[in-house]
Amino acid sequence: MTINNEGIALEVQDLEVRYGGIQAVRGISFSVNPGEIVAMIGANGAGKSSTLRAIAGAIPHAGVIRLGGEVIRTVHPEEIVRKGLSLVPEGRGIFANLSIEENLRLGAWTNRKEFDVNLEKVFGLFPRLRERRDQMAGTLSGGEQQMLAVGRALMSRSKILLLDEPSMGLAPKLVLDIFAILRDINKAGVTLLIVEQNAVMALRLAHRACLLELGSIILTGTGAELLENPKIRSAYLGQ
Amino acid sequence: MKYLAQQAINALQLGSIYALIALGYSMVYGVLTMINFAHGDVFMLGAFFCLLLIAIVPVPFWVALIVVMGATAILGTLIERFAYRPLRDAPRVSAIITALGCGLVIQNTTLGISPYARPMPHLLDNVTYQFGGLTVTTLQIIIIGVSVGLMMVLDFLIRKTSFGMAMRAVASDRATVSLLGVPANEIIAITFAIGASLGGAAGLLYGMAYPVVSAGMGITVGWKAFVAAVIGGIGNMRGAVLGAFILGAVEVMTVAVLPSTYRDLISYSLLLLILVFKPHGLLGKPTLHKA
Ligand SMILES: Nc1ncnc2c1ncn2[C@@H]1O[C@H](COP(=O)(O)OP(=O)(O)OP(=O)(O)O)[C@@H](O)[C@H]1O
Ligand SMILES: [Mg+2]
Repeated sequence: MTINNEGIALEVQDLEVRYGGIQAVRGISFSVNPGEIVAMIGANGAGKSSTLRAIAGAIPHAGVIRLGGEVIRTVHPEEIVRKGLSLVPEGRGIFANLSIEENLRLGAWTNRKEFDVNLEKVFGLFPRLRERRDQMAGTLSGGEQQMLAVGRALMSRSKILLLDEPSMGLAPKLVLDIFAILRDINKAGVTLLIVEQNAVMALRLAHRACLLELGSIILTGTGAELLENPKIRSAYLGQ
Repeated sequence: MKYLAQQAINALQLGSIYALIALGYSMVYGVLTMINFAHGDVFMLGAFFCLLLIAIVPVPFWVALIVVMGATAILGTLIERFAYRPLRDAPRVSAIITALGCGLVIQNTTLGISPYARPMPHLLDNVTYQFGGLTVTTLQIIIIGVSVGLMMVLDFLIRKTSFGMAMRAVASDRATVSLLGVPANEIIAITFAIGASLGGAAGLLYGMAYPVVSAGMGITVGWKAFVAAVIGGIGNMRGAVLGAFILGAVEVMTVAVLPSTYRDLISYSLLLLILVFKPHGLLGKPTLHKA
């Protein structure tokens, strides 16, 4: 059987990630189609961040990662950004001592020509950032910092966005806002791979999803299917 | 009064040179949180490169300045690339030992080639001007002017250019910088190059002002500049300049009223005193970024 990679934005086969003796990801396989939202849920230490960091080129991996059909081996994340994939890291990673506009300019490093157009788009999604563009990013609230982190990743005009726990530490109302914006971003044509502990929100948003446990994928399905799954209902939704 | 004003000019001259060197320590500390102990020796080599250059071709001051800055910039990037980068994720103490080792290698190589102090030939016609009883020399004007000019260029680079923005971002969170597509290694290499070129310029200026050049200069003068950077708050550029001018003033004033053997005692005591009351230096902030 020949595998046809056409039309697959991101494909992961037998991905393994190790830190010294610890194996954080134990041979997982999944794919993300262009325009799709895929959610990966799982408990603390399941290996979600390790998976995203390996795809983004920030840590070494074993197995095969294909980005638009091309096999990725680099451990230089800046090369991956140039190929159109950006990671919004866990904990946001905004530069507290730089202004909001400078944070966004750094996000546009690989795509400086269209800076003004992209800046308008990001300000359109996050009007608060426009109001505060000259403030130090460290003065923003947690929710605003998350918006800045997402906006900053969008400045590169990446086709695929990986988001590591975008709802972390946010009040419920803000979580709703962020997820609504993620839906808009996806409607505008950006493919999303979202890692979340907030399983309900992530599964409602996602077209497809998988459940990661101790470094292995133990369930896959559509977002709606996983929401109905008894195991997920008991373990993650408290029902 | 006149005497004080005269001493103030001397203090400005010494402070300018300390500031140029201190900026290099502070820039590298800013991006990598490491002390580049070889930096004082890059400063020393700046003076020797100048000696070498004018021994080959007698170039005017400006040409010597540009060539020396270029040569030390290359040296700085080589040190970063081959000595520090391979150890960037190694335990901190390994990086410290490597930096000290690098400095010692440079220093002892120079000592092997040039065991004795050498006089620095004149690069300029040194005219003495009188302003209402104050004497100012061309050399002093050039040293202070070039230093202040270079500091203004650096300030502009750091605040207003893409490179400066990226440098500040690397200082705050190197891992995230790469995730945005910014080549962090290039930014770090350029930071070393700029820091080293300022150190090289300082070496040349120092050699002209106190016209002997020796392999031990990196320790005797370079360490003072390190003290200045710490007094100001290492990692903070304005702090480095402030610390340098304070140290320059304290040293000049000490020598004016006490035997010159007290100079180092006073400067290092000042360091200790400031650190007791302001452990992060005058303008330094406690580091907030994650471990
Ligand atoms: N830099 C590291 N060094 C050593 N072990 C690590 C490192 N990073 C992660 N691990 C380990 O790998 C495993 C997976 O971690 P990972 O961060 O991928 O989990 P996660 O699913 O993102 O968890 P969380 O929901 O808490 O963010 C954990 O056991 C963790 O302790
Ligand atoms: Mg995680």
